Amino acid sequence: MESLSFYVHIPYCLKRCGYCDFNTYTPAELREGASLEMVSNDYIDAVLREINVAHLQAPGSVPTIFFGGGTPSLLPAKDLGRVITAIKERWELSVDCEITLEANPDSVDDAKLSAFLEAGFNRISFGMQSAVPHVLQVLDRTHNPDNVARAVVGARRAGFESVSVDLIYGTPGETLEDWHTSASAAIGLGVDHLSAYALIVESGTKLAAKIARGELSMPNDDLMADMYLLVDSLAESSGMSWYELSNWAKPGHESRHNIAYWKTSNWWGLGPGAHSHLNGVRWWNVKHPSAYKSALFSGQSSIQDQEQLTSLQMRDEKIMLSIRMREGIELSTLSSEQVGRVKGYCQSGHLSERKWQAGSLQLTPQGRLIADRIVRELVV
Amino acid sequence: MPAISLAKAPQPASTDPAQIRNFAIIAHIDHGKSTLADRMLGITEVVDPRNMRAQYLDRMDIERERGITIKSQAVRLPWRSGIDGKEYILNMIDTPGHVDFTYEVSRSLAASEGAILLVDCAQGIEAQTLANLYLAMENNLKIIPVLNKIDLPAAQPDKFAAELAKLIGCQPENCLRVSGKTGDGVADLLDQIIEQIPAPQGDANAPARALIFDSVYDVYRGVVTYVRVIDGHLSARDQIQMFSTGVRHEMLEVGVISPEPMASKGLGVGEVGYLITGVKDVRQSRVGDTVTNFNNPTKTALAGYKDPKPMVFSGLYPLDGADYPLLREALDKLQLNDAALVYEPESSAALGFGFRCGFLGLLHMEIVRERLEREANLSLISTAPNVVYNVKLDDGKSIVVTNPSEFPEGKIMSVEEPIVRSTILAPSEFIGVIMELCQQRRGTLLGMDYLSEDRVEIRYTLPLAEIVFDFFDKLKSSTRGYASLDYESIGDAEGELVKVDILLQGEAVDAFSAIVHRDKAYAYGLMMTGKLRELIPRQQFEVPIQAAIGARIIARENIRAIRKDVLAKCYGGDISRKRKLLEKQKEGKKRMKMVGRVEVPQEAFIAALATDADIEKAKAARK
Ligand SMILES: Nc1nc2c(ncn2[C@@H]2O[C@H](COP(=O)(O)OP(=O)(O)OP(=O)(O)O)[C@@H](O)[C@H]2O)c(=O)[nH]1
Ligand SMILES: C[S@@+](CC[C@H](N)C(=O)[O-])C[C@H]1O[C@@H](n2cnc3c(N)ncnc32)[C@H](O)[C@@H]1O
Ligand code: SF4
Ligand SMILES: [Mg+2]
Repeated sequence: MESLSFYVHIPYCLKRCGYCDFNTYTPAELREGASLEMVSNDYIDAVLREINVAHLQAPGSVPTIFFGGGTPSLLPAKDLGRVITAIKERWELSVDCEITLEANPDSVDDAKLSAFLEAGFNRISFGMQSAVPHVLQVLDRTHNPDNVARAVVGARRAGFESVSVDLIYGTPGETLEDWHTSASAAIGLGVDHLSAYALIVESGTKLAAKIARGELSMPNDDLMADMYLLVDSLAESSGMSWYELSNWAKPGHESRHNIAYWKTSNWWGLGPGAHSHLNGVRWWNVKHPSAYKSALFSGQSSIQDQEQLTSLQMRDEKIMLSIRMREGIELSTLSSEQVGRVKGYCQSGHLSERKWQAGSLQLTPQGRLIADRIVRELVV
Repeated sequence: MPAISLAKAPQPASTDPAQIRNFAIIAHIDHGKSTLADRMLGITEVVDPRNMRAQYLDRMDIERERGITIKSQAVRLPWRSGIDGKEYILNMIDTPGHVDFTYEVSRSLAASEGAILLVDCAQGIEAQTLANLYLAMENNLKIIPVLNKIDLPAAQPDKFAAELAKLIGCQPENCLRVSGKTGDGVADLLDQIIEQIPAPQGDANAPARALIFDSVYDVYRGVVTYVRVIDGHLSARDQIQMFSTGVRHEMLEVGVISPEPMASKGLGVGEVGYLITGVKDVRQSRVGDTVTNFNNPTKTALAGYKDPKPMVFSGLYPLDGADYPLLREALDKLQLNDAALVYEPESSAALGFGFRCGFLGLLHMEIVRERLEREANLSLISTAPNVVYNVKLDDGKSIVVTNPSEFPEGKIMSVEEPIVRSTILAPSEFIGVIMELCQQRRGTLLGMDYLSEDRVEIRYTLPLAEIVFDFFDKLKSSTRGYASLDYESIGDAEGELVKVDILLQGEAVDAFSAIVHRDKAYAYGLMMTGKLRELIPRQQFEVPIQAAIGARIIARENIRAIRKDVLAKCYGGDISRKRKLLEKQKEGKKRMKMVGRVEVPQEAFIAALATDADIEKAKAARK
């Protein structure tokens, strides 16, 4: 039977972080005059409608469900539970179905964590970002380092099988030592999974404005590279291994939901702005929650636009996504011309020589740092 | 009223040459030629006051934006003399003032019997005042000295009347005084033109001979040829023949410019107008050629023009290699309207296929490039301009080098470079700084004369390469804008010149080679290697950038290997965004030029080749 993963977008945050351009809204921005609870109830109703649409179109058994945001942990567990239940009622969940909750460290307490577990979640991912106060401050986060430890311990106590944290490196003002502190702190929490993302300055954010005004400046690429190599070696020596460019996990704790994206499996994204993929067709929903809600409540489609991938696009996507994974790309799937263009990266230490001999293209830590360049060689 | 309506005025083809006066307005740049022309268009009523705009004859966008005239413009003006009350036809030609366009002036003078030498009486005599005056004298033209801008509070008409009179050898009272701004004195000037400038002489019964003094490609009408009839007449019903090619053409239209094209029955002796033959091949209409009547052709051609010698050369390349044929076509068309432009195909390992073009100066080069870009909608890269060198080899052979990358490798006996005789006019307080500047630029003092108590004319010989680039800006800034410069080519002289190559990973990049004086080689090497280090993105390996004279490295920079080229951010399921980014990068990569193994973005070439003027322009555009 075909598999169908679900992504559930929760487009709310208490406050927008200075660097973030995700499709999320604060109560102030929504100005609906209602409490988050009421918004939530209403919103979940809309999501349930989209689930009905999905049910008519996409069969399959469900290996993963991922609640992302925004800040899913802001919503009451019972509301998120309604979504899980609705999916369970319409599709068969695989026995080991991975159900992830993205959570902000300061938005959970023990009671809430237990309630989430009760609602069906078995994996939780905290947006830790950093363990260094001045870095958190530049990132404009609401939480402090202690929240993270408490949240992780709480999640364990509540019974989550798999706990992950997200980190961001390369924040203006962050030194290699700061980063060492954050990465060691994350690993020291005994998490099963770690994501480390390089800070991207997205246009339109407060961060971008501060940089444009010269109040902050981004670190140079060499420091960023050193930070990446540092987290990689710390994670590897603590028993986690990289399985995707920005992700490390203890054996068996790789996020199967993310792997579904990178392997271009089928998934349905529920919620405003959410992206879906079914057999070579990608589509995405209207961006704003009100537009999303009013479409669904009036019985219309919530889709903003869609694209049918051409075979060239599929080839390019496959290269772009699979190169980032530990498994890499089988050389036999590449043309001799493509192989010729990247062979030199073995000598320069960017591709694993050993794997190359064994017939696959796998990035070394240095190679992961220039992955996009190697992708360009392969797709041009 | 001294204006005559066009309908009632003497008509083309039936105007007695005795009623015609042909003259050009010549002056130093910005002394007000086009503005005076405006007033003439106004008082002769050929342009309706409602349609009048400043510098009416500067029709090209590029002329209007820069506020300078680039092309000469001839206009037929009817006028009733206030002195004898008779009707006349004046053919007025407004000319450019910038030194790069002297060739344009000389062609206009060849179509005239007289010249108005205009002097801004707040500035006085300047370098191109002299240069253009001498040109007019060589053409045996009647010269009418005119002081312009008398309305200005800073005007010193008496002082400059004295200077001008001394220069021309007339009485100060003979200098007319006008204001192109207010129109003061302009009617008088027109009357004096009729009085002083001789009517054209020509044999009305001889076979037709008309001089092509300009031509232009018009998208709607094809080639438009501007002529001045010397003998005989051309009629709309005639078949004409180009003397040099012998090719016969049907005449589709004959007319005059007044100041819009107006079809006429024909053109008679002394008249200035245009012909349209429907010829599509732009090479059929060569400036300087003689047009004659096919059925009754002349046996002797008119003298024509000396082809101007290009002073600076540069490679022009389309940004998009596929535009090469378009560039060729655009050059063919532009050359029709710019007889001073020369070009031949060349290719560069770094830039692909393009043309080596010869120009009369840097402004000319800039204008050509801009016109090509605008008129043909092309994006171009130009290589650093250079002069032409004569290289003598040990084996006695000699090679003309217009592209530094063609500089011979073998044993060189000597290198010759073009030398100019330059004339600088400035207030005498600046003699010291001017001499210092000329000394730095390898100049030799020829002499110095006082035009008046406080104005001097300083003459130097200088290598063309030393003055053609930034000399004028330096001269202006060190004399608070008061100095003016003119120069003319006087031949070649040996110089201590070397070729500096720029190497990326040991491989020379042809587009960056330059021929420079030995003393300046190091500075050039340092400047280029430094610029490139900033412009070339890091590669996956280290890239040395070197400047070399032959095998000797004189400067070196290093681009360290890239360490990070990846986006590591959580995009969730938004794979489309990621792919679109990749597609953009893919396009970017396709636009990369390979120099050996080094990927160089086209923007880096453009930026490295950009002149200071380009950079200023880009900055201004950004504002
Ligand atoms: N006050 C005053 N300004 C004038 C007069 N004639 C021209 N100008 C100004 O002088 C400047 C140059 O005038 P143009 O008519 O463009 O000069 P030009 O000689 O045609 O310049 P080029 O064609 O570039 O050589 C403009 O700003 C005019 O407005 C005048 O009689 N009085
Ligand atoms: C979908 S976000 C939201 C998670 C959760 N709301 C939080 O912030 O804790 C997932 C992760 O993306 C990362 N992220 C968000 N914006 C980023 C940016 N501009 N550059 C790099 N990483 C970013 C952060 O590490 C964040 O935890
Ligand atoms: S909490 Fe997460 S989703 Fe919300 S604004 Fe911050 S980074 Fe973005
Ligand atoms: Mg002018």
